[in-house]
Amino acid sequence: MIKFTSVTKDYPKTGAALKDATFHIGKGEFAFLTGHSGAGKSTALRLMYLADRPTTGEVRVSGFSTNRMSQREIPRLRRRLGIVFQDFQLLEERTAEENVAFALEVTGARRSTIGPRVMRVLTQVGLASKANQYPRELSGGEQQRVAIARALVNDPLVLLADEPTGNLDERATRGILQLLKDINASGTAVVMATHDLDIVRSMRAHLVELQHGMVVYDSAEDVTERETASP
Amino acid sequence: MSLVLRETALAFKRAPLLSALSVTTIAFSLFVFGLFGLVAVNIRRTIGDVAERVEVVAYLKRGTPIETVTMASADVEAFPEVQRVAHVTEEDALARARQDLTEFRDIFQDLETNPLPASLDVRLKPQFRDARHAAAVADRLRSYPFVDDVRYGQEWVENLDRLRNIAGAVAAVVGSAFALVAIIIIGTTIRMAVLQRSREIEIMRLVGATDGFIRRPFLLEGLLKGLIGGLGAFALCYGAYALIDTYLLRASFFTSAQALIGIGAGGLIGLVGSTVSVGRHLRNV
Repeated sequence: MIKFTSVTKDYPKTGAALKDATFHIGKGEFAFLTGHSGAGKSTALRLMYLADRPTTGEVRVSGFSTNRMSQREIPRLRRRLGIVFQDFQLLEERTAEENVAFALEVTGARRSTIGPRVMRVLTQVGLASKANQYPRELSGGEQQRVAIARALVNDPLVLLADEPTGNLDERATRGILQLLKDINASGTAVVMATHDLDIVRSMRAHLVELQHGMVVYDSAEDVTERETASP
Repeated sequence: MSLVLRETALAFKRAPLLSALSVTTIAFSLFVFGLFGLVAVNIRRTIGDVAERVEVVAYLKRGTPIETVTMASADVEAFPEVQRVAHVTEEDALARARQDLTEFRDIFQDLETNPLPASLDVRLKPQFRDARHAAAVADRLRSYPFVDDVRYGQEWVENLDRLRNIAGAVAAVVGSAFALVAIIIIGTTIRMAVLQRSREIEIMRLVGATDGFIRRPFLLEGLLKGLIGGLGAFALCYGAYALIDTYLLRASFFTSAQALIGIGAGGLIGLVGSTVSVGRHLRNV
């Protein structure tokens, strides 16, 4: 599903953000990318949705390889991904419903299918009753739910979430986490970058820990750890 | 396509102030250019009016048979520079002199013999009304044996040439400076509109919209703003022209082709400005 093979990413100004990183996230998995800020979590996610390409090594996502992919193919890959950010990235002047519909409209979905699909995901994230509200009228947790609904509306294979709970209080965090678990249970893989160890410890999941751009721990490689960690 | 139209309409609706501002900016920068254009058009017309009077006159020797003159006249009319040739007989010349030179009427009345020579008045085609071509035609006329003398007001035709060259050079330099300023201002305005929606562009890219799809509403928006700005500039120019024509001096306005080109240029600048700004932006996100 997502495969990093000896991936190094150098940024001209700040230096290496990832060094020789190798890990694999399987189909339908729930995976955490964890580590301190600056450890390379966001870089790893950016490589997954092709906002950047690796300096050396290869990233494969759902059959697409960073080494053989043209710029024109990127939109095709992104339509199979759902992407969620810490700061929600909603359009302020559009309602929740319009924000979600936007993702379908700009990818050329048929008009008649948009309404029902939008309502389905808004119901899934528990916001059907607030479809006509604007982001500023919603709480942080609700805004993140709208962002998740937008990420889900194209039926992605993977949901990529970069610190999705970073701006939320504890209660909202638990809610979002539960939502992500439910999404994962219905078959969508989830890759969540977070520095919050409480979240990581709160559930069983594939765990990849980064430090200074290097993979220092991968629970998939560590059979004993996975067994002892399992309650 | 309907989505592109809808998104474009939304862009105007959501940011009415910025849209109005950019349309106004475009209108005024094109207006300045248009004013300059008006000045250029009028100077050109005035020079054209003066050039109307460029005429090569070949005075004929007394007693030249009329058949010879008629044949020569047809011959001269076939010169590539020549628009038309008028044969002025001695009597015509006298009648014209009596009419034009009223202060000497008495002298002309009392004449016993007509002192004025017959002539061929040669009018040149508009594009040949300059010193070089007038001189060339004059030289050829001189070669006819029955031609006594040829005049074409050499000195003032040369002055006219000089004036024309200066006006052309000034128009080219000042005109391109104004056009450049207009393009820069319009480009900046459109870049602001694109920047204002950078978040939208970013989200479109993240959800997998193609670059072409993202570009289209911006291009349409740029084109519309340019066209509306162009229309505004046209209206302003017309207003300025009407004021000048009524209160200051008789002036002429753009031909409809010129006006259409001006408005079209507004649209084109808007389109190109958006293409450049969005392209630059798409590379960054």
